[in-house]
Amino acid sequence: MMRERPLSPHLDIYKFAYTMATSIAHRASGIVLAFGFNLLVWWLMAAAAGPAAYERVQGVVGSWLGQLALAGWLLAFAYHLFNGLRHLNWDMGRGLERAEARRSALWVVIATVVLTAWIGYVAFFGGETA
Amino acid sequence: MSLQSPLTRVRGRGSAKSGVSHWWVQRVTAVTLVPLTLWFVVKLLGLPSLNIGDVREWVAEGWTPVLLIMLLGAMAWHSALGVQVVLEDYIRLKSLKVAALFTSTIFHVLVAIAGSYAVLRIALTTPITAG
Repeated sequence: MMRERPLSPHLDIYKFAYTMATSIAHRASGIVLAFGFNLLVWWLMAAAAGPAAYERVQGVVGSWLGQLALAGWLLAFAYHLFNGLRHLNWDMGRGLERAEARRSALWVVIATVVLTAWIGYVAFFGGETA
Repeated sequence: MSLQSPLTRVRGRGSAKSGVSHWWVQRVTAVTLVPLTLWFVVKLLGLPSLNIGDVREWVAEGWTPVLLIMLLGAMAWHSALGVQVVLEDYIRLKSLKVAALFTSTIFHVLVAIAGSYAVLRIALTTPITAG
């Protein structure tokens, strides 16, 4: 009863362009943020539950693995934010030319690095700049 | 005008007419999340410390609980829509796909409620300090 439906060409027939990487990274960072959302709620639940629970969360977040996860989460946040703005701009019909898309991809990478570095710097080396 | 025969639609191959809504809500929550997430990060970095006392005091003050619950809601919704698309794209076995979509939706709602409850609990139990 169910016949085979037409499929779009598989990814591997296309020549690689770095704008493809920015597209894949948007999904990947979104998945990272979906997991991070649970951590955010876990942290809030612990703060609501009391000092003992909160200390446990701080212990996990303070470990090297926790710090690594936090850094990855921060990077994913910055990237998804800027690339998301790029998508919103496309949704308004702007910047869709190939050259423009390549240029905005570069800007997204630069902005991501700057924001990640800035937040990382303030978080680790003091609160006066914030 | 429909380009499908009624039979095709009955067999579940037609549009469910929910695509525009999915697309639109994804954008509305995206636009909501831009200022809310930046606000959250800046506020968090500006706290005197991340000790439980300072965090609770901030969560309980002024508009913070309202904005936090809005942030959690927008984030859960945006995340649920995004994860849905990824699951639909990559899981081929239909039974597994449906099970994953069910689980994802329920879990997103659960986590959003848990986070909002935590914010309310902090806001309603933290004594207001002067200054």
